[in-house]
Amino acid sequence: MHDSPDPGDRRDAVCVVGAGASGLTAIKSLREQGFAVDCYERETGVGGAWNWRHDRSPVYASTHLISSRPLTEFPDFPMPDTWPDYPHHSQVLAYLERYAKHFDLGRHIWFGMEVVSAVPADDGRWDVTIQSTGGGSSRTQRYAAIVVANGHNWSPMKPEIPGDFRGEVMHAGAYKDPARLRGRKVLVIGGGNTGCDIAVEAAQQATEVWHSTRRGYWYAPKYLLGRPADQVNDRLLRWRLPLRLRQWLYRRVTPDLTRFGLPRPDHRPYESHPIVNSLLPYYLGHGRIRPRPDVARFDGSAVEFTDGSRAEPDLVITATGYRPRFDFLTPELLDTDEHGRPDLHLHAFARKHPTLAVIGLLQPDSGVLPLAHWQSVAVARWLRLRMTDPARAAAVQQKESTRPLTTWSRRRVVPSSRHWFEVDHVDYLRALESLLKQMES
Amino acid sequence: MLRFDDWTNPVPPADREVVALLPDDHDDQPPVLFVPGLGHGAWAFAEHWLGHTAGRGFPAHAVTPRAGGDLRAQVHDVVQVAASLPRQAVLVGHGVGALVVARALGRYPARAAVLVAPVLDGWAALAAALRANPFGTLPALFGGRLRLNQRQLGTGAAAYLERVDARPRAELLSRARLPKPVGAPPTLIVGSPDDRVVRRSALDRAAARYGGAPLLFPGMGHDLMLETNWTEPIDAILDWLGKEI
Repeated sequence: MHDSPDPGDRRDAVCVVGAGASGLTAIKSLREQGFAVDCYERETGVGGAWNWRHDRSPVYASTHLISSRPLTEFPDFPMPDTWPDYPHHSQVLAYLERYAKHFDLGRHIWFGMEVVSAVPADDGRWDVTIQSTGGGSSRTQRYAAIVVANGHNWSPMKPEIPGDFRGEVMHAGAYKDPARLRGRKVLVIGGGNTGCDIAVEAAQQATEVWHSTRRGYWYAPKYLLGRPADQVNDRLLRWRLPLRLRQWLYRRVTPDLTRFGLPRPDHRPYESHPIVNSLLPYYLGHGRIRPRPDVARFDGSAVEFTDGSRAEPDLVITATGYRPRFDFLTPELLDTDEHGRPDLHLHAFARKHPTLAVIGLLQPDSGVLPLAHWQSVAVARWLRLRMTDPARAAAVQQKESTRPLTTWSRRRVVPSSRHWFEVDHVDYLRALESLLKQMES
Repeated sequence: MLRFDDWTNPVPPADREVVALLPDDHDDQPPVLFVPGLGHGAWAFAEHWLGHTAGRGFPAHAVTPRAGGDLRAQVHDVVQVAASLPRQAVLVGHGVGALVVARALGRYPARAAVLVAPVLDGWAALAAALRANPFGTLPALFGGRLRLNQRQLGTGAAAYLERVDARPRAELLSRARLPKPVGAPPTLIVGSPDDRVVRRSALDRAAARYGGAPLLFPGMGHDLMLETNWTEPIDAILDWLGKEI
């Protein structure tokens, strides 16, 4: 901090926002490219969303990975091979803490500090204002670049349901312990991976369970042919099986839940974020989970669904997802539209600000960590190239601006905010690989 | 970047022997992980180099990759052990173990790497072995054991010849390109001009591949860590490490 004459000017240093998985890998890549790094983390530990001690962490006691270990670990720092296929969230946190220690990243992190604003200054530099979490005096420092890794699964998206409800309503982000469900009548709203997990837990704990979903989905099992399902899926991708054939196979291996009263999916397989849950069909088959359509309104102690049926739960859990939030940036910096959707090249590079990047803002069909790693490598190389060879950097930028959106972003998905950042990990990595090659050659 | 092998068919876990010697105070130095070559195990380093390395303040580890594993499994074992260490590790490979390290460098950003008498080119090693010890080498071409003699490994290794159980796999002869090391670690090539397994020309080629000149110790055999004057190379390696990191 004290190697520059003006303590407010950090010269070539890069500011990283957040020390979760994406922030840690960003620090590491920037350090490998020789940058000084100041990372600001509002909490007192690393791990971000995976650290259950953090008040913004969305994990619940039984959270396990949805993607299997080889598709979730950092490519240059494997998880122990003795760990299970789908590790527990506490193992993921231990893994991230070891990653930070192994690569000595802690020296670059300022804990208990929040970035409250970042404003562009002259020649691509940034004035970053930092404050102690929860208030206190602030200070402003100037950085050569800013890498945002503040996560996108912490600000709950709460559905607006008309009417009054006498029971308890809780967002999934506040749900931690299955003891909350024991002996109660529970309605779970939301058909994402979290919603399905909580519905299953409710089936194991609660007296009655309703599961409300807006549409039908393709519920994939965690294991197929004795192997983790995502590993089987990648085998199909490796063989470059055409999408139509993969869709046909997907229909064959997912259970037909319309028999239990769930609506038929209104989209083809691979057109929504994968839902991986082996136990949901099991408990539907046992009649422990009763499927319901969307909620129409609350009515005192009852909930009315769009098909006119009613239920009287004690507890409503809304597993309706999270919205990305960048409170410290004005919306136009990330080309954010009126719905709050940022428009970034490769979901990472700000289009008008070459020294602003976002890491980990992805919803892939694999773990996020490997993609965040390669994003960080690309961002760090890009920032380095901009300093060492501006002419080449301009040429790369020119070429990148012509890269068609369809080569890296999932083409056909259900149009909902849940799929804003949906990518296919193989297509996405191919795009990043070609960007890295351009910067090398 | 697309690692379909690891994504669709990950290497299964296996028992790996790891020998470690930790200095009393080792907060400031990175751990050093030794990787043995064909037919050798962690014992080859435990004999002298491990203790010496720890004595100079580096946490010293040596791994014996799984028995009967192919190159991919051995690379996996080395990366697993390296990632399990508390700090970013220095990888030191000997013989075929140097080939394993060279491949592991494409996977794991080592703090630094040292390739000792590296067998990076299987065909050159085969030609050298046929010249130095035709009768010991020929059975290996038909799936048998590779017998190495004292002239190849060095006089110091004489006492250990019985322990060396080398069964080379055909994949050592593949011409697969070595990966570009991730994280650009400083890399040192160490060897002996009198090594009858890895000739001087192979050392020069290996050094050129990693941008430098080999550090040479004349008069020593292939097993530098078992030779009578084993302190010279390890001291030189640790001196280099001290300068590079």
